[in-house]
Amino acid sequence: MLDHFPAADLIQVNLCADLNVKLETAYGSSFRFWRSRARLFEGYPTNLSEPPHRDCHVKSESEVVAMSIESAAFERVLSRHGRDPHALVQILRETQALMGWLPRSLLSAMARELKLTLAHVEGVAGFYRFFHTRPMGRLRVLFSDNITDRMLGSEALMADLCARLGIKPGQVSADGRVSVDQTSCTGLCDQGPALLVNHHHVITRLDAPRVAQLAELIRAEVPVPQWPADWFAIDHNIRRADVLLGMPLAPGAAIAAALARGAQAMLDDMKRSNLRGRGGAGFAAGLKWELCRNATGSIPGTAPGSTHYVVCNADEGEPGTFKDRVLLARHADEVFEGMTVAALVIGARQGLLYLRGEYRYLLEHLQAVLQRRRDQNLLGSAILGRAGFDFDIAIHVGAGAYVCGEESALIESLEGKRGTPRIRPPFPVEQGYLGQPTIVNNVETFCAASHIAAQGGAWWAGIGTHQSTGTKIHSVSGDCERPGLYEYPFGTRIDQILEDCGARDTQAVQVGGPSGVCLSAFEFDRRIAFEDVPSAGAFMVFDCTRDMFEVARNFAHFFAHESCGFCTPCRVGTALVVKRLDKLANATGGGRGSRHDLDVLFELDLLLHGTTHCGLGASACNPLRDTIIKFRPAYERRLESLHFEPGFDLDAELSIARRMTGRDDPAAHLEISP
Amino acid sequence: MSDVHDMDDMRAAPGSPATFSLDGQDVEFQAGETLIEAATRAGRYIPHLCWHPDFHPHGSCRLCTVKVNGRAGAACTMQAAAGQEVQSDTAELNAQRKTLLQMLFVEGNHFCPSCEKSGNCLLQATAYQMGMEGPHFEQFYPNRPVDASHPDLLLDFNRCILCELCVRASRDVDGKSVFAIGGHGIHTHLLVNSDSGRLGDADMALGDRAASICPVGVILPKRRGFAIPIGQRRFDQAPVSQQTQGDGDSP
Repeated sequence: MLDHFPAADLIQVNLCADLNVKLETAYGSSFRFWRSRARLFEGYPTNLSEPPHRDCHVKSESEVVAMSIESAAFERVLSRHGRDPHALVQILRETQALMGWLPRSLLSAMARELKLTLAHVEGVAGFYRFFHTRPMGRLRVLFSDNITDRMLGSEALMADLCARLGIKPGQVSADGRVSVDQTSCTGLCDQGPALLVNHHHVITRLDAPRVAQLAELIRAEVPVPQWPADWFAIDHNIRRADVLLGMPLAPGAAIAAALARGAQAMLDDMKRSNLRGRGGAGFAAGLKWELCRNATGSIPGTAPGSTHYVVCNADEGEPGTFKDRVLLARHADEVFEGMTVAALVIGARQGLLYLRGEYRYLLEHLQAVLQRRRDQNLLGSAILGRAGFDFDIAIHVGAGAYVCGEESALIESLEGKRGTPRIRPPFPVEQGYLGQPTIVNNVETFCAASHIAAQGGAWWAGIGTHQSTGTKIHSVSGDCERPGLYEYPFGTRIDQILEDCGARDTQAVQVGGPSGVCLSAFEFDRRIAFEDVPSAGAFMVFDCTRDMFEVARNFAHFFAHESCGFCTPCRVGTALVVKRLDKLANATGGGRGSRHDLDVLFELDLLLHGTTHCGLGASACNPLRDTIIKFRPAYERRLESLHFEPGFDLDAELSIARRMTGRDDPAAHLEISP
Repeated sequence: MSDVHDMDDMRAAPGSPATFSLDGQDVEFQAGETLIEAATRAGRYIPHLCWHPDFHPHGSCRLCTVKVNGRAGAACTMQAAAGQEVQSDTAELNAQRKTLLQMLFVEGNHFCPSCEKSGNCLLQATAYQMGMEGPHFEQFYPNRPVDASHPDLLLDFNRCILCELCVRASRDVDGKSVFAIGGHGIHTHLLVNSDSGRLGDADMALGDRAASICPVGVILPKRRGFAIPIGQRRFDQAPVSQQTQGDGDSP
């Protein structure tokens, strides 16, 4: 099979390599490449639950790799990153864009080139959800699987597409043409259901006609760029703008203001603003900057400030959150400006923006903004003419891993490793990227910092509440008439937001995403603020028709899917929660629940809160706990008995024995307990 | 999701009277020591699996989770500081430990009666110590083939608890980096560094530290079975809590 692919394929591949296609657009613009590979994947098992037997395929993989290693494209990937092992995630990502997947022998070649062990490269490749160490379809379709996509009918739409293509979810079609599966929230909840094509293009507002047409285009192998342009349209949906969304700054204004003040005075102003981090934990941004500014790094003899890093966390992975997507698309200048101001304060020369893989389509736009800012002398050497103020920003694209939103896991990923949260202390402000003092702040935090630089800390502190200053952007989705972005000063009541977005008969709101808090109607008079209901930006609305058990089950599957696997309670606990909830769910477990199952769920929640390695694991059971307490009937109607029920039907298990013995009398059956 | 807090509450002040309280009794410590290092030196037992005195802390098994001034943290990664009130041997924490052990048992395939490591196994001994009488949770029954390709060593992945002691020993002591971690979530697994992915093709020898570091029965020498009868093995002699100084490699 694969050992005998025609020479024409080789020529095509080398041709493609010589096309000098820009690697970042490889998925979209080089469809001929994929077509040429059609026969390459013939013969691979279509049911990918079992990997192809290694021995049978070693030769074919080697040949595939032999081609790619010779190809100029792979060499260009390696040299663009200077064969730096710290760039492994980027190299894997860009190489996969050429190959469609990552054969073992390619990983082996990569390990040799980067002077890493094969097991290390394999371990990194196996960590990220967007890397494939088994063949995938030449076209890869991933349906966003947030609860808001499901509420808009994503499950039926995916089933419809799969039926039209004659495949099952998770499978590759027999001709290797396409694979369809689900992925965690893609951050398009206000215009879902959404899907991701080849980890690059997004299609929004899916409906039955779109899916029917999509199936036809896939069958005809029409290149993605020739699909209807309106499918890729992404709206900003800004419904309520305050300072961040409504008062754009002129490029350079914040930097000029910060330079006029000086680094120390700028830091004092940041502290005066009392700005707290917008990623969820709410640590005071000014204090973080000060700790980093004063840290000397792990390399003895290093001058303070000379190797400090500014990192922007744009790994907006919390389901239901999409504010950073809009800030990056519409306010990238303010974000980069905030990073530049931070660089001035902490004395950094290099900035990094960690862009989640799902937002890959924003990369060209962001690169263009960076280049314009270099041309405007807002990045690069002697920024705005200030000798010695040198700073630039590089973009690192993630590859599908929620845990990389945790700042130390993000740094591990930036360093080309598995995104496992580090042991802290030391904190990143002391030993972060490459062991050097590093600040990691959220996109919205940097955006706010640029406004504080321009208008002053006292001005910012005058907005919001005493403990929660400034404004907060909420990504509103779910059961409401006007989903989108709503920016309010801190202290705004939940019911105010519900009224403004046109929500009716609201049963519950999930604030801050699955790791946040689920509020029921009697709590809608509470306020968004660190001292009351903190939020990382998600605001998912559920009306009275929704089953809150299914909401919690969707979130439980999310956490199990995204667990990094490092610590026992999160790795095993999230999988056990899924097993219990699936047992309770009518769909998969026959609804065989009991009071005992709820007790076990409570026990798991307590354990995860008390023992996990990182904060994400600790919050993995939050939606479960909240919904069991506040929406208990949704669980209890799934309980067959209030005592104990096994996960399987004991009597049915005896059916084979009955058949073998030819008996079906009452004594051959177990007594059915009440 | 970034999270920095209480950065100053964990440092030992140099020259200060260096003791913390562990379950009501003072434990002396030296600057830079973690809670479990100081406790172990003092002959006190804090349950653990992934921690080993010869290696950098890892913090993955979470068995050593204690409460320091009321807040939970891993004793293997937390720096000792003067005046800390540390709780470890409490009903609540031991119940958590038992649940963590049960999780490790159901996650893999652990069948003690047929395991050569029985009696020398830290997982088994700690489960006895914590009063674990059954798995409590449903079994996962993962499909993990055995790797018998090496002439002198057997790898039985069914028993792996992902403590990464072999990863650390091979990298930091043997200088070979034979092992690494792959996958994610419940599918996280041990990897062998060789072209075939099998130990027989890896640069591993019976005398390597990594060959004897496994606290459970994953890495075993071949052609050695029941040299010491069951009943006379390490943890048959005394419970793990009374062997805090003997946390060396496998006998």
